[in-house]
Order: sequence, then C-alpha cells, then structure tokens
Amino acid sequence: MASSLSAVGWNIRAYLLLARMWIRVSMTYRASFVTLTVGQFFITGLDYVGIAIMFSNVDTLAGFSFSEVAFLYGGSALCLGLADLVLGNIERLGTRIRMGTFDVMLVRPVSVFVQMCADEFALRRLGRITQAAGVFAWSITALDIDWTASRVAMLPYLVATGTVIFLAIFTLGAAVQFWTAESSELANAFTYGGSTLAHFPLTIYPREGIKALTFVIPLGFVNWYPSLFILDKPDPLGLPPAIQFAGPIAAALLSVLAAIVWRRGTRRYQSTGS
Amino acid sequence: MGLLYAVAHLSFRRYSTYRAATLAGIFTNCVFGVIICFTYIAVWEQNPTAGGYDVTDALTYVWLGQAMLMTVAMWSGGATDELAGRIRSGDVALDLHRPVSLLGWYLASDLGRAVYHLLSRGVAPTIVGSLLFDLRYPPDVLTWLVFALSVALAVTVSFGVRMLVSASAFWLLDDTGVKQLAAVCATFFSGLTVPLVLFPGWTREVASLLPWASYLQVPADLWLGKLTGLDVLAALGFQAIWTVILLWACHGALILANRKVVVQGG
Repeated sequence: MASSLSAVGWNIRAYLLLARMWIRVSMTYRASFVTLTVGQFFITGLDYVGIAIMFSNVDTLAGFSFSEVAFLYGGSALCLGLADLVLGNIERLGTRIRMGTFDVMLVRPVSVFVQMCADEFALRRLGRITQAAGVFAWSITALDIDWTASRVAMLPYLVATGTVIFLAIFTLGAAVQFWTAESSELANAFTYGGSTLAHFPLTIYPREGIKALTFVIPLGFVNWYPSLFILDKPDPLGLPPAIQFAGPIAAALLSVLAAIVWRRGTRRYQSTGS
Repeated sequence: MGLLYAVAHLSFRRYSTYRAATLAGIFTNCVFGVIICFTYIAVWEQNPTAGGYDVTDALTYVWLGQAMLMTVAMWSGGATDELAGRIRSGDVALDLHRPVSLLGWYLASDLGRAVYHLLSRGVAPTIVGSLLFDLRYPPDVLTWLVFALSVALAVTVSFGVRMLVSASAFWLLDDTGVKQLAAVCATFFSGLTVPLVLFPGWTREVASLLPWASYLQVPADLWLGKLTGLDVLAALGFQAIWTVILLWACHGALILANRKVVVQGG
C-alpha cells in the first residue's frame, strides 16, 4: 500500500515537472503565447455569441431562458476546458505511434499515461477556461433562483464530476488509437460533441436520446442532472431525484472503463519501427 | 494544364489513402449534424419563420454545413498548410524556382483535396442526414448545376484566404496565430456557428458581404432555392469577385515574398 501510494505521489510529481517544463517552453515565445491564449478566449466565446444570436430570434429554448442556457453552456464548457487543460494532448497518441516517438516514452521511468497527459501541456487553454468560467459566473448572477446552501454546494459538485467524466472520455478516445492510430477525430465526436450537446437542455432530444445519455454515454451527468436540481426543473424522464446525485458513480464507472481500455491498449502495443 | 491536372489527381489520391481517418471524420460530422439538428428544431419550434427559413430549410442547412466544413477546409488544412511549413524550413525556395506557377500548383493540389473531401466527408454525412431527417433538395437540374458551380467557387475563395494566411509566414515565420484567427472568422462568418440569416439587423448585412459568406451561406441558399432569377447570378458573381480579388492578392503577396526571400547555401 505504501509503495503504491508513493508511486501515485511520484506520478503526480512527474506530471507537474513535465507540465512546468512545457510552460517554460511556451513562455519562450511570449507574444505567441499571449496571442494564442486570447485567441482561445474568442474561439470558444463565439459559440456563446452563436447561442445569443439564436436567442435574438426566440425567447426560450425548450422552456429554458437565455440565462438558464448560459448556465448549461458555462458549466459544460468549463468542465471540458479543465479536462482539456489536464490531458488534452493525449489525443496525439495516434500521431506519436505513427511517428515512432511513442517508443521513447516507453523506456522512460515515468508512467506512459502521465507522459501522454502532460505532453506539450498547453497553459494557453486557460483562455478557454476563463471564457467559460466568465459565462458560468455571469449566468449564476443573472439566474433568478434562491441560492440555498445545497444549491451552492451543487456548483463545485457539477464542475468536479463533469471534469472527471470528460477526463475519462478523453482517455477512452486516445486509448482507442492503440487499435486504430488514425482515428483521433472519432474522439472529437464525444469530447467536443459531448460538450456541445450539453450546452443545451437535453429536453430538445427524444426520450430515447436522453436515456442513452444517462445510461450508455453518461454525458447527462456532466451538467444536466446537477442543473435540474439547481434550476429546479422537472426531469423529463421522471427518474427518482437521487439520479441528480449519481454523477460520481457514473464518473467512477467511466474512469474504470477508461483505465481498463488504456491498459489493454498499452499491453497490445507493438512498435512500428524496424 | 495537363501538369496541373496531374497535381490535382495525385492530391486526390493522397488524401484518399487515409480511410480510417475519413470514416472517423464522417462519424464525427454525423454526430455534430444530429446534435445541431435537434437544437435547430427547438429554435424553429419557437419561431417557425426565423431568418426566413422553415424548419426543413434549417435542417437541410445543418447537413450542408457539415458537408462544406471539410470541402472548403474551414479550419485550414490542405495544400496551403504545407506552404507555411515549407516557408519555415526554407524548402519554398525550390517551389519558387519551379517552371510552373506556385499559385497554380497549390490551387490544383487544393482542388484535388476538395473533390475528395466533397465526395467522402461531404456526401456521406448528407446521406445519413437525409435518412434521419426530412430534408429539402434542389428541384431541378439547373439548380444542381448552379450549386456545383457555387461549391467550386466556395473552394477557390477559401483557398485564396488560406493561401494569404500561409503566405504571412514569409514575414511572420510562424503563421499559427493568424491561422487561428482565420479559422475563427471562417467558422463564425461562414454561418457554420449559426446561419447568417439569423444574425440580427445590420450584422447580417455586413456578414453577407464578407468573403466567408461564400463558404456556406451562399451555396446553401442556392441549394434551398432561396435565390431566383438574377439573384442567382448576383450570388455567383459575389463569389467570383471574391475569388478574383483574393487570387490577385495572393499573386501580389507571392511577388513581394519572392523579392524578400534570401536563398542560403551554395
């Protein structure tokens, strides 16, 4: 137990060391770093402008007001942004396998997973996170709801479970590339696609769709179920209210699945080199 | 002409090598298409005539958007990306001394890519979309032809913009920042984020005059039959004018760059 704990400690330290190294690299080109960070702020910001444009044509969307949709958007974008900051470049696994540079990672005394997570750690993603957090904070002030202690406590819960779910999805998407090295775009459907889907109330989807997003691909737990509680909305599926607190279970199950697939992937990996 | 055709043909074949990547991309296009369709259904349920579209128009627009996304290389990519790399490495010195126009070479290569992306990433998601949702199709052969011409012009306008972005590397050495800005403009002002017809007031008029309107909004309006008679010619003319302006600007940029480039070594 003590040895496995110290292994975890060593992996976290290694991650931080690698991340710090990449931050120092990016700071060498400071002007480029600033431009890219500001650019990220605006890129994701335009998604939000898009939603605002939609609301210039309608008053509500599936019974949700602009500030309520902004709350969904902010929560989803914040979770995706945080997960992307932590291990976004894991999706480059396929490129590394094809280039043969993945082999170098295998002979280093640090977990391959940690190395892939920290690979070219991009602090510029703070631009996107700042934008999402800004919208999230604004929506919280704009919402006309009674902020009881349980509702306030639900906010960090939403961000934490949502981020863990996206971390697991990023890892799964990358792990699949051990089998098909070219398929990095497949993961986008679930990461960016999942986040886009969570920008809007799930009531816009057919019931079967909401069920699938609860029990098959648990994207509903990113922000939908916590938001039902915070915004005091009825559950379109009429599930017991306990489901709104089941996020950690879904996140844990998905993380275990991601860990298993990643492990199987690293075991089956055979170098392409000669 | 034969040479440029060969360049385009080889570029087509080069992109068609990565089958798994194409399949993964088609899947992602379909997922996004479905997500956006349900969003638009909710919008048009509230406002059935938003932007002068009905819900069928809006859903058709979604799949046209997914089809044009890769065809016009909305987020860059394609032949022009290689140019920026070759400027940084210095290999561009070779390109500038080939006995064939650099602009023509890259345009041919990008057209080859665009044809491949239209036939794979364009047609496949549209078929999926038509199976899942009730869509609208061009009513007659003439509209199909006009649409095809409009798509070709969309690619040349987009090529002109991307080529200028890549050529900025002659002066900036690194085009990452400019490329990111260009991708943002393309996504937003093409009408991919939301159709330009939904833009409020004067912002709609302004966005309709920018080159990015050629990427998606113009071909989509032609497909949907929103333009008739002389308006069709005006729309194609709009795309053609931007093509000429941008290719002329690329030509000028390359002449300036040619003077600036210092070839090292002996």
